[in-house]
Formats: sequence, structure tokens, C-alpha cells
Amino acid sequence: MRRRLSQVQQTHDTTIYVSEPRMADSGSEEAAVIENPEVAPEEVQQDIGGTGDGSSLLKKMEISVSEAEKRTGKNTMNMQETYTVYLIETRSVEALNEGQSPAPDTLWRRYSEFELLRNYLLVTYSYIVVPPLPEKRAEFVWHKLSADNMDPDFVERRRIGLENFLLRISAHSVLSKDNIFYLFLTQENGWKDVVYDTGFQAKADSRLKALNATFRVKNPEKRFTELKHYSDELQSVISHLLRVRARVADRLYGVYKVHGNYGRVFSEWSAIEKEMGDGLQSAGHHMDAYAASVDDILEEEEHYADQLKEYLFYSEALRTVCRKHELLQYELEVTALDLVSKKQQREELATGTVRTFSLKGMTSKLFGQETPEQREAKLKVLEEQITEGEEFVKSKTLECEEYVQNSWIDIERFKEQKNQDLKEALISYAVMQISMCKKGIQVWTNAKECFSKM
Amino acid sequence: MRFAALVGCNSLHPISMENESLSSASTPRCNPALNSPDFSRHMLELDEDDDLEVFSKDATFTDASSINTSLPTSPGSMINQYRFEEEHDSKDLFITVGDPESHVTAIETFITYRIVTKTTRSEFDSCEYEVRRRYQDFLWLKGKLEEAHPTLIIHPLPEKFIMKGMVERFNDDFIETRRKALHKFLNRIADHPILSSNEDFKVFLTAQAWELTSHKKQGPGLLSKMGETVKAVAASVRGIKQRPEEFVAMNDYVESFGQKIGMMDKITQRIIKEQREYLEEMKECGPVYTLWSASEEELVDILKGMAGCIDNCCKATEEQVGDLSEGLLPVLHEYVLCAETLKAVLRRRDNIQAEYESKSYTLANKKADRDVLKDEIEQLEDKMEYANKMLKVDWERWRKNMQSDLKLAFFDIAEKNVAYYEKCLAIWETFLTTEKPELVLEKDTEDYSQK
Repeated sequence: MRRRLSQVQQTHDTTIYVSEPRMADSGSEEAAVIENPEVAPEEVQQDIGGTGDGSSLLKKMEISVSEAEKRTGKNTMNMQETYTVYLIETRSVEALNEGQSPAPDTLWRRYSEFELLRNYLLVTYSYIVVPPLPEKRAEFVWHKLSADNMDPDFVERRRIGLENFLLRISAHSVLSKDNIFYLFLTQENGWKDVVYDTGFQAKADSRLKALNATFRVKNPEKRFTELKHYSDELQSVISHLLRVRARVADRLYGVYKVHGNYGRVFSEWSAIEKEMGDGLQSAGHHMDAYAASVDDILEEEEHYADQLKEYLFYSEALRTVCRKHELLQYELEVTALDLVSKKQQREELATGTVRTFSLKGMTSKLFGQETPEQREAKLKVLEEQITEGEEFVKSKTLECEEYVQNSWIDIERFKEQKNQDLKEALISYAVMQISMCKKGIQVWTNAKECFSKM
Repeated sequence: MRFAALVGCNSLHPISMENESLSSASTPRCNPALNSPDFSRHMLELDEDDDLEVFSKDATFTDASSINTSLPTSPGSMINQYRFEEEHDSKDLFITVGDPESHVTAIETFITYRIVTKTTRSEFDSCEYEVRRRYQDFLWLKGKLEEAHPTLIIHPLPEKFIMKGMVERFNDDFIETRRKALHKFLNRIADHPILSSNEDFKVFLTAQAWELTSHKKQGPGLLSKMGETVKAVAASVRGIKQRPEEFVAMNDYVESFGQKIGMMDKITQRIIKEQREYLEEMKECGPVYTLWSASEEELVDILKGMAGCIDNCCKATEEQVGDLSEGLLPVLHEYVLCAETLKAVLRRRDNIQAEYESKSYTLANKKADRDVLKDEIEQLEDKMEYANKMLKVDWERWRKNMQSDLKLAFFDIAEKNVAYYEKCLAIWETFLTTEKPELVLEKDTEDYSQK
């Protein structure tokens, strides 16, 4: 039974993204990536088996992360390390539909490569809410579950999470078309170099820059401010829920397992009783069954927790998009302010009045005015700068507007997806609870029978 | 109206007018064999005057054991009497324990319980009695019964001191649990063919407070009581030569049973603890979902629904924990105490045997007073045989009661657990029908593990 984390939908994609006119354009998509950190979707035309019709990769390619294996090797510091690799299998959907069952193409990837892919996507598609990876280290664990990354249960849950990650990307109308993503699925060796060669790391906004912008931006779009609050709330509430759930799981485990002791004592006790012996013995078996049933129950619950965790991490992705908006907006504001100040300088120079206090003004007062030629030269420079500045402001404004437009399309898509997924998760939780209750009814009805025969 | 009559009744009760040794003389009406040598005409229809005679005759007998030794008939016929009573005994003595009340004096605070007795037995002057008793009184009664019938199995009293984990001696749950246990204690005695005819038992049920106090003061003096204890200790130190096989088996059983039931008690306490902690954590869940619903638009209803379900399940869990701690745990605890009672009974039986054996030993080794010794030995032998037979019969009785008590308790808790899960099931199914009706319809065919 292969478990999917969520029902990643194959959708027909008909949204249209606004493209930004590029100043320096080039034919190859890799060059485009290097020069333009914000890549317009239509620029990235990959020919991946003919997906030019705009539909997601998922329709063309069946992707799965089917296995996990332990490897040992030397790391960058030349030390021995043990790590896990995951097997990615891909198959052409067309071939399957035609009734063929070709062997899948396979390659192995480790978690750090997934991280690299995601970081690349984050930088390259900053207006998209990029699907999150499963957690790096086990968090919100309840005591029975190991926090060890090598633990087979953790590895299995991670495998499912990684598969889900790939499916989400391949279902996305924009992300699925990315070449780096395609190569991730198909080219095992040298893929890392290709990614680094894109130079995306240089284009990443520094944390400091982003933080600075968040504090200083004056007019972010109201929708983004609201979205940021929402993402904070979502993160807080899901964290809380996960913490409580972990404690509840702990306690539930305790309740069920202690009943196992009943089983043991009933069994021992039945040995010294005549009439009650049989009843006690069989009741004891049911108590053992009851105690054992909690393992399956909690495994199911873990699945629910994983679904919540995905959206916990999604909230971070949402915040990233908001921050990018704030950054662009801030840069625009800074550019605009700069332009205003330059225009003022020009005015002062032209009219000779010193309206604002400036060092120049003071020194000129102290050491004498400049010659008309000097002033003329300065004015010329300023005019050039102002013209440049105006162009800059225009392009920045456009960039900002387009960012808002494009990102909001993806945000709406995300909201739909989130509502659907969370609804499904909650319903499946209810289904789980029902199943748990039914098991309980069965066990205790059986025990009741045994007691009545005592 | 009845009550006033009772009061009048009691004060004229022939028994209470006697200043002689009332307390020690257990005079089971159905077993007149124990009264005096010429009991035979007293089978079932004693009238008061004969009774008085009997008492004054036996006034010199100050302890139960010496009464028992003057049996003109064999223990065998007495046992038949016992069995006969059991077969034809229909319940004619109903006792309820209720209405706990707190009393505060300068020295202490204590609780009294109202004991209401309804009976058609002839030895009771009235059909209905109402008295108030405190725990100390119950302890006294138990002591007297044990004295009179060392090898009968008396249902245990609830413990004197608070159980581990309780905060207050007088909190409501504790009082209620104690009340139930006291109720059971008295009713078990009432159901017992021999014990229910015990005089002290009757006094306990019927006497007014001052009467009981004065009655308590009578009885074997401290010195004679001490004498008995010394004898018993001396005998047990010497030990017994060989325990009869059936009592060896009983001993082994009681050891094992005590151990098992003790473990059951501990396990149940642990389950209650875990369940309570589970409940505490669960209670936090609902509010989080409600909080979440405040940030959402489309998911508001389903999140609120979840919160509701979880809160309702919490209520059901609370009930279930209550069932465990008020239903199963007290019963298990009673039987932990029973095991101790059984051990004490077996010890007393052993002591009686030891007493006999030590006297026999003396006879074998001392030359003096052979005749006196021989008489004493015969008495002790009869006493021992009587004690053994009583124990054997009562043992069967106890086993039956134990089985039925425990069977009922386990059955009950299993039923309550089924009901608990059914409640929770209904809660979640209702939720599902509102959120995803089509799922509920497909329920029978779908494999949930696929989700």
C-alpha cells in the first residue's frame, strides 16, 4: 500500500502570468535565469516531452519516491558519514496509458539535494508559494517515536514527504516547467554543478536585507500585511496543535499499553481458578489485543500530524512571499525617495537657493560659490542621474506591480489548495477516530462475552 | 411513628436489660447448639424467657472460645444446620447505609452514617430500626465477630486511613466510596446464616448511641483478652506439626490470589491515572481548533465542528474514568483486603490447631493432671474440628461470592467501555455526515487504511 501525503491534483492550467519586458534578453533559459532573478513564466520554455500547452508535468510523468537506503561516504570535510538516499522513479504517463509497462527511470537523491532544489526554486520563483520539504529533524515527537534521523519510521515518513514535495511541484503550472527540476528527476550526476552554475545563490536576498525592508517599508500592500498576519497565526496555531497532539498521543499510548498488564495478570490468575479460569484467560487475550491496537492507531495519527506539518511549513513559504513583496516595495520607496532628493538638488542648483541644509551649501557659503561652469557640469550630471532615476523608478514600480499580480494569483491557488487539503485531513482524522472507536467496541464486547461466561 | 415505637421497644429489650456478658455470647438463633448443653428444645422457636435463662446460666462464660467448646453435638450436625439455613434462607434482613453527616466536637471531627434496618425476623422486636454509627463502631463490630467466629470469613471493612493520592479525608468521593463499602460489609453479614444471628450485630443495628456505648464497655476484661492473645502467640511460635492438605491448598491459593488481585488493583489505579492525564491533554485540543477557526474563512465550520467533537469526547472520557474509579476499583480493593482477611483466618485456624497440638504434647510429656489435661485436649480437639469445618464451608461461600462479585465488576466495566466507545463513535459519525455525507454512505465498502 503506497501512501500519499495528499491528493495532489492534476489540474488543467489556464492561468496567464504577466510577463515583464526584459532589457537584456537571451535565448537560452539558463542565461535568462542568470540575468533575471525573477523569471517570467513564459520565458522558461522547456521542452519536456512537449508540455508547451501549459499543463503540469504531472500529466506527462509519473513520479514516485519509492525507496530509501543507507549509504556511507566521505563528506566535504573528509569525514565518514552515514546518510540516507531516496530512489526517485519516473515513468511516462503516455506509455502507461497505452498499456505498456516500461521500466521506470531511476536515480538516487539525498535530502540535501532536495534542499538545494528548493532553495533554487525559492530564489528563481520568488512570487510562488514554493512547496515545503518534510522536516529536517523530527520535531513534535511523542516519547515512543524516535527523534533519530536514522530511525526507519522517520525515514519512511520522510520518503512519503519527499514524494509529496515532488508531486506538488510537478502539479504546479509554473514550477513543473523548470529545467533544473526536470534534471533533478532525470540527471543523477553533475546535477549539483548545473544548479550552482545558474548562479542563483548570488541572487538570493540576504536575510539582513529582507529584515531591514520589513521594518522600514512604509506602504506595503494591505493584502500582504493581512497575509503575513495570517501566516503567523497559522504557524502558531498548527505548532500548538502539534504539541498538544504529541502529548495526547503519549497519554493514549500509556492507557492502552497498561491494559496489556491486565492480560498478563488475567493469564496468571486463570491458572489458580477453576470456574473462572477459562473466562479470565480469554479475556486476557482480548486485553493484549487492545494494548497492541494502539500502535496502528498512533501510526495513522502520525500521518495526520504530517499533513498538518506540511501546512506549518507552508506558512513559512507564505511569509517568504510577503517578505519579497516588502523588499521590492521598500526598494521602490528608496528609489523614489532618492529621485525626489536628486530633483530637489537640481532645483537648488538651478535657482541657487539652498532650501535644505547641506554640507555643500555650508561649504559654498564658507568658501565661496562655485563657478557657473562647475554648476553647469553638476547640473548635467544631476539631469542624467534624474533621467536614470526616473527610468529606474518606472521599472521598479512595474516590477512591484507585476510581482503583486503574479504572486497573488499563486496565493489564490494556494488558498484553494490549502482549504481542500486541510478539509481532507480533518475528515480523515474523523475517519480514523471512527475506526479507533469501532476497534474499541469490538475488543470490549469480546471481553464482555468472556466475563459473562466466567 | 414507627421510630417512636422503636425507641420504646429498645429500652424494654430484654437483652439490653441484662448486665451480664452480652457482648461475648454469640447466640445465633438458628444455631442454638452453641448456647448451652440443653439447647435441643430451642431449635427455632425460642421465647424470651428461655433466652433469659440461657443467658444467666451462661453468665460465667466470658469468652467465645469456651462457649464453643461445650458442644454436646458434633460439629457435623451443626454444619448441617448451617447448610440447611442456607438453602432455605430467604432474605429477611435488609440494611441500608446512607446519609453521611459530619459531626464536629472540641476534640475531633467525624462522620456518622445512618443505618436503616428492615426485618421480619422474630428475634428483632421491631420491623424497622434507624441508628447512626461511625467508623469506629464498625471496627468494634468486626472485632467482636472475629472473636466469636475466628474461622469465618468476614467481608472486609474499608480501610481506616485514606488511600494514597487522596487529599482530604472528608472529600465527597472518599465518603461515598466508604459508605458503599460499609453498606456491603453489613449486608454480607446479614446474608451470612451464622453471622447474621450474632448478638453484637443485632445490638449494632438496633441500639441507640448510649446503649451501644455501654454495651461496648462490657465483655471480657482486658486481662482475659490478653491471656488469650498470649496463648495464641505461644501456640503459633511452636508452630503446627502438619497442616491438613485442604488448608495447605487454601494457603497457597490465598497467597497467589492476594498477589494477583493486588496487581489488578495497582494496574487499575494506573489506568485511571493515565486516563485522567489523557483527558487533561485532550481538553486542550478543542480550544486550539476553535482558535484556528478564527483565522480561517472557508474552514470555519469544519474546524468548529472538530472542536465540538473533541469536547464531547472529553465529556464521555470523563464519565468513563468515573466508572472505573467508582465501579471497578473499589471492588478490586475490597478483594485485596479480603486476601488479608483470609490470611488472618487461616492464621487463626492454625493457632487453634497449634493450641491443641501443644496441649497434646504436654500430655505426652508431663505426668501431672492427666485427667484434667485429657478433658482440655478433648475440648481443644472439638474446637479445632469445629473451626476447620466452619472454615471449609465458609470458604466455598466466599469463593462463590468472590466469583460473582468480580465477574459482575469486570462485566460492568466492559459494558461501560463499550458504551463509551459507542458514544464517541456517534459523535464522530455525526460530524462526518455533516462534512462529507457521501463518505458515510460508502462506509461499508471503503477501506479506511487507504486514506
